Amino acid sequence: MHKLLEDAPGKTLLLLGNEAIARGAIEAGVACAATYPGTPSSEISLNLFQISRETDLYFEYSTNEKVALEVAAAAANCGVRTLCIMKHVGVNVAADALMTLAYVGVKGGLVIVSADDPFMFSSQNEQDNRYYGKMSGLCVLEPSTLQEAKEMTAFAFELSENLGQPVILRTTTRINHSTAAITLGPVSPRRAGGGFEKNPFMLVTVPAVSRKLHTRLLERIEKAGDLAEQSPYNFVQGKGPLGIVVNGVSFNYAADAVNDLKLGGRVSILRLGFANPAPKNLIASFLADKEKVLVAEEGEPFMEEMVKVAAQENGLTLPIAGKGKELFSREGEFDPALVRRVIARYFSVLYQEPEKLDLADLPPIPARPPNLCAGCPHRASFAIIKKAAKNSEVMFPTDIGCYTLGLLPPLNAADFLICMGSSSGTAGGFARFSGKKVISFIGDSTFFHSGIPGLVNAIYNNHDFTLVILDNGTTAMTGHQPHPGVDMEALGFGGYNRIDIEKVIRGLGVENIAVIEPLKVKKSIAAVEELLEKPGVKVVLSKELCPLYARSLGKVSKRVFAVSDKCKNHRVCVDELGCPAMYIQDGRVQINPGQCTGCAVCAQICPENAILPAK
Amino acid sequence: MQVVRLIIVAVGGQGNLLAAKVLGEAALFAGVPVHMSEIHGMAQRGGVVESAIIFGNAASSIISDGEADILVGFEPAETLRALNRAHADTWVITSTSPLPPFTAALGKGVYPKIEDMLALMTKKTKKVIAFDALELARQANNPLAVNMVLVGALAATGKLPFGPEAVKKAIETTTKEKFVPANLKAFELGFGAAS
Repeated sequence: MHKLLEDAPGKTLLLLGNEAIARGAIEAGVACAATYPGTPSSEISLNLFQISRETDLYFEYSTNEKVALEVAAAAANCGVRTLCIMKHVGVNVAADALMTLAYVGVKGGLVIVSADDPFMFSSQNEQDNRYYGKMSGLCVLEPSTLQEAKEMTAFAFELSENLGQPVILRTTTRINHSTAAITLGPVSPRRAGGGFEKNPFMLVTVPAVSRKLHTRLLERIEKAGDLAEQSPYNFVQGKGPLGIVVNGVSFNYAADAVNDLKLGGRVSILRLGFANPAPKNLIASFLADKEKVLVAEEGEPFMEEMVKVAAQENGLTLPIAGKGKELFSREGEFDPALVRRVIARYFSVLYQEPEKLDLADLPPIPARPPNLCAGCPHRASFAIIKKAAKNSEVMFPTDIGCYTLGLLPPLNAADFLICMGSSSGTAGGFARFSGKKVISFIGDSTFFHSGIPGLVNAIYNNHDFTLVILDNGTTAMTGHQPHPGVDMEALGFGGYNRIDIEKVIRGLGVENIAVIEPLKVKKSIAAVEELLEKPGVKVVLSKELCPLYARSLGKVSKRVFAVSDKCKNHRVCVDELGCPAMYIQDGRVQINPGQCTGCAVCAQICPENAILPAK
Repeated sequence: MQVVRLIIVAVGGQGNLLAAKVLGEAALFAGVPVHMSEIHGMAQRGGVVESAIIFGNAASSIISDGEADILVGFEPAETLRALNRAHADTWVITSTSPLPPFTAALGKGVYPKIEDMLALMTKKTKKVIAFDALELARQANNPLAVNMVLVGALAATGKLPFGPEAVKKAIETTTKEKFVPANLKAFELGFGAAS
């Protein structure tokens, strides 16, 4: 049995934050879950996927976040308790569905997990998704601890059903990827709902219907505000004339700082866990007896604005600050020392910062940037494309996946990236205006996620570029999740269909297509060279499994390569590929047999044919 | 209970997260409050993996620069790189077996000499325990058990708020069954090296 299914109330388990959230959903009787994978949310989905294999929980990896939310919206409108999981930027993809789903509402509880990533440990921006709550009119819950993450997830389903609205559970990386001892609660039976009841004049959002629904949404926001006033997730800790307003992990740092600075009796903390709509009366009564208030929140001044509004509406003129010079930044994440320092400074507390080690005499340590794995077919594809295009001035729009690492030398094959799917959309604009030949890269999962509309657009508008689809048979970067092009039977899962990318491209009418196996380097270069001469939209479909994924399927090559004494030390292999299995010893290139996967790409580009199968 | 802050740094694939999990489970067995966090986005792609573990009555699950009481490094250059996390009273435990980054391996950047790195750690911190953990893992018949060797050394320092028995119990319940004997042997060898 999956460890998160154990019905043992009171038992304590060491759980990852994402496991605690999945467990909270199980305790609430979640019966449907839909997602598109994205760090730091992915383990919530992975656990629910596993659980769905041994229970009647319905789980799906959807094509993208918008589709996931649409599936979830339908399930919840059939009365099913549903969890929809995505990273913060995924909510942008789902936003069109989100904004009007807020009007339509739900019958069964629908909880949307937005996993935000301050500091961008693995994201392209650090947007603060609390504003989605404000923009859509939905409640936002924010846990500070992992125990609370579990309990809030379960509560969010109740709140959603109480209001008839989806609820946003907003986390940050330090909740998702922290671990702590979690006390389990009882497991509820899955709430599978009672099917769909027709009510088109409340559920089909033509203008006349939406006008009614907007009125109802505003009433529900009022009601949610009253619930926020009473919520045990909004509470005051400690007493004193100095106030700190906190949310999420900043609560922990502030609580530790109050202890470390010995401010007990002088400082009172208002923790807002039911963060939207604002509990205005609670905030006003907190402010009423304070001399000075600091708002400690990562990201944007969301609560700071809320607190300042409450002060203004109640005629309170005490100093309130949060973001600003010498105070908190809108960038990055907080840490305990930072919060301690700002609290001490703002409240003029005498505080001697602990002495830092003097590290000025440390030697430079060579960087350890992430790199494409040994044997990664993306490395071969980049080498092939660059060789085939060597006579042109080329720019490379790219996309989100492992292959974004093509940015780094020696590959240098990434020139522009904004979001999932942007490779195929931006390529059209660059083809018109960059003055360069445009070759754009996209992965297989990203192609299904949002690359297809850009390709359709390019064909329709007759843009002139080459789209390279790097098909490694899995969603590699986030941990090998399946996608619509994956062979599910190879994974031992029945009941799925598989979409053939080549058929999709041909079906859209692309005539100039090169399907290559990137580990066959010379043949691939010739095919791409010929293709690049053609006008209009061209597609290179580069098909080779991710070696880590292949290993998990039991497909491992036993052959490894070694540099023979024919080597004349041109170092073309090292300079063009940057494979982590290669190293230099005593001035000669060597291959680490423990890392070599036998892809033989280096052997094929060596001008002396000096790299041979190891004896 | 006094708060003890521990940072573990390693290269992706060295088993940092499992080491952290063993220590977390050991704390749970011993009834010691524990908060942990990890950054592992690019772990499978050769980057650095860092775990922070805080034992005792603190609410935070991350450790600020200069505030780790113990620094455990599975690779000497990564231990040195993480020295900004330490303070003057920090105990450092490091393996001396190098895993040069591919940049250095390809001649772009110089990998510092091991003895120079150890001398710098010794000069700046309270105590340095350094030995070849890979060699001891090999002696335990599992070269992948570098993590358990270093957990053994950590348990021998007496700086953890629980004894070696809790850690051994956690190794038995947390690591894969077929590796448990080799992992316990690795633990003992690391314990011996640091005693």
